[in-house]
Amino acid sequence: MIAAILRWLDERLHLDDLIAPFRHKTVPVHRLTYWYFFGGITLFLFGVQVVTGILLLLYYHAGANDAFESVQYIMTKVRYGWLIRSIHSWSANLMILTAFAHMFSVLFLKAYRKPRELTWISGMLLLFLVMGFGFSGYLLPWNTLAFFATKVGTAMVGQVPIIGQPMMIFLRGGPQVTGATLIRFFGFHVAVLPGLVVVLISIHLFLVQRLGMSVPPKIEAEWAENPSVKREMKFFPNFMLREMMAWYVTVGVLGALAAIFPWNLGVKADPFGSAPAGIKPEWYFLFMYQTLKIIPSKVWFVEGEVLGIVGCGLAGLLWLLLPFFDSEPPSRPKRWITGLAIFALMYVAGMSAYGFLAK
Amino acid sequence: MAFLRNKFRLLRAARTAGLAGVIVLGVCLGYGQTTNSCLDCHSAMPDPLGVTQEKFSQDIHAQKGLTCTSCHGGDANSYDPTVSMGAKAGFKGKIDRRQVPQLCASCHSNPTYMKQYDPGLRTDQLDQYHTSVHGKRQAAGDSKVAVCIDCHSVHDIRPPSDPRSTVNPVNIATTCSRCHSDAAYMKPYGIPTDQFAKYKTSVHYQAMMVNGDLSAPTCTTCHGNHGAVPPGVDKVQNVCANCHVFQAQMYEKSSHKAAFDALGLPGCVVCHSNHGIHMPSDAMLGTGPQGVCMRCHQPGDRCDQARVKIQSGLMQLDGAITQADQTLSVAEASGMDVSEARLAQSQARDQLIKARVTIHTYQQALVDQDVQAGLKIAAKDQQAGKDAMVERNQRRIGLGICFLAIAIMLAGLWLFIRKIER
Repeated sequence: MIAAILRWLDERLHLDDLIAPFRHKTVPVHRLTYWYFFGGITLFLFGVQVVTGILLLLYYHAGANDAFESVQYIMTKVRYGWLIRSIHSWSANLMILTAFAHMFSVLFLKAYRKPRELTWISGMLLLFLVMGFGFSGYLLPWNTLAFFATKVGTAMVGQVPIIGQPMMIFLRGGPQVTGATLIRFFGFHVAVLPGLVVVLISIHLFLVQRLGMSVPPKIEAEWAENPSVKREMKFFPNFMLREMMAWYVTVGVLGALAAIFPWNLGVKADPFGSAPAGIKPEWYFLFMYQTLKIIPSKVWFVEGEVLGIVGCGLAGLLWLLLPFFDSEPPSRPKRWITGLAIFALMYVAGMSAYGFLAK
Repeated sequence: MAFLRNKFRLLRAARTAGLAGVIVLGVCLGYGQTTNSCLDCHSAMPDPLGVTQEKFSQDIHAQKGLTCTSCHGGDANSYDPTVSMGAKAGFKGKIDRRQVPQLCASCHSNPTYMKQYDPGLRTDQLDQYHTSVHGKRQAAGDSKVAVCIDCHSVHDIRPPSDPRSTVNPVNIATTCSRCHSDAAYMKPYGIPTDQFAKYKTSVHYQAMMVNGDLSAPTCTTCHGNHGAVPPGVDKVQNVCANCHVFQAQMYEKSSHKAAFDALGLPGCVVCHSNHGIHMPSDAMLGTGPQGVCMRCHQPGDRCDQARVKIQSGLMQLDGAITQADQTLSVAEASGMDVSEARLAQSQARDQLIKARVTIHTYQQALVDQDVQAGLKIAAKDQQAGKDAMVERNQRRIGLGICFLAIAIMLAGLWLFIRKIER
């Protein structure tokens, strides 16, 4: 029956031509192959976000008066609302985690070098957008923590020289975080960011498909030395089936987190209340937050906060352009970039841990 | 000609010198207007005559432009004691304690004068003072009783809103205690001197000094300030009723009111005491050391039976609320949203408070109505907590089933991969 439908479609749409590149696509098999799964897991989690996000839209009301109550209604009254919302929140966090893991794996496997510079850039832009998803989505339940985190986060944007203030006003929809900010963030979260992400994911996947999977230089050298050890597997169905296994494991992890640790709603935001003591941003912004905290209030003649924000911005820009600092294959990758990658990983992990433990 | 020229030169020089002299004199006189010879001398004197510029600058009167001479008379511009403290300048010297209220009142009882500083300021302090025990004794010739400066201090009088003022709400009890806790000083009057010590153990002191509630009662709240008097046995409930309105209304209609009046007992004070009022507890209805009912009632009488029912009802509601709280806490710790039940718990607590207030009707049936209403809410919240726990367990069973399905899928995929790769 299914075969008949596919045949019918193929006669009209020539689907076989579309699938042909996937049939020929191969995935290198070596001791680090499992790192290739993280891109697919991140994509799968994005799909989960889209589906659960659409379901949440059925009941969510954007607005300072209704947002909190509508999420509370979803959590307590809507059948399986708690599950959908908890999966959406946990999946968002896991997606950022796997996106970071994917980025660092690409970095350490040297997969960003020529000819994959654009794949790296599109991937980095996707990582920034995913963090933007996290920042905008965090405010939507309109609870105390989200309100003050947004206040602090947008105030940091305001510290950027020259364009900071207008950007902050644009993000907040006024000088303060209000219901107008919530409406804007809702718009960014459900329309602007998804649109940009879909375009970038398409470019990213096209580039991955076009350029094939990268093999780490060391393994490539081993294979060149001894071609008999070179192994590959078909992308479809062999790698795809393994990727599906990873997705099933991801579903299990998401289900367990949602059932055992349903995402807390907190207390409704009170714009006139004082910020709770020890307030911190979400874990994926913690390393930047802690960096800003440890910079002295004045460094030479520059405000410490301005220095930190400009520094973080420049670091992000350099990271985006990292492939252009490395050598082109077949020459050996530059060692200092590997050192920098190790330092960056340790810095992000260390600062996040410091930020988590600091009072 | 030369002589005339020299003469003109001399005249010009004299004119210039004269002008310079006038300017210097003018400047000196100008400075003289801002000098205060009183402070210049008295700041160097030891107590009780010593008053420094620093101390006097803290005084609200100095800040409003009044000077030493405003109260003491004299001439602050002169450094000659015979002039500055002379009778010609109206110097009054040290103000006699007996004259202090009248002197202060010369401004403070003048509404027209006081309006320029603060239109809302009262001007009846002296009239009030005359009605007070202090004022009456003072009029009778007792110079030991408090006059204005004893409470408000002197030369560094701050407005009552200033936390450093001796009559700021947080300092009033200490100010009163300076005399009223001095056993030797109060001996001739034959009144207790333990009020402040008792007040420090009270719930009112706790509210004022620990919780920082400036509206909490201190000495003047019940006794009055300028017209300070003991409330009197039959007026106690009127004093307490200023804040505890419902309790007073219930007491007024209760059987206790008539009984206490007949026996000459001081209303609220009978059960709650006066200066050392502790946080009321359900133990006050018991028979233990904190129990108050059995001081008058007999074991087993009709009132004792009602007492037992009231106390057990309150304890039952208190217990039910605590139990529901615990169940909801366990559900919350499991990640369940029980915010609605949490909100309802505050209503149950309100019912408990209401029941405790209703005790002042001394009617067991009325107290029971509030208790039953509270028990109904607490039972509903308890059930909400239990339901949340049941749902939590169902979620975990569902998770287990999902895990099983995922495991089967993973095994199937693995077998399929092995099959196609064989």
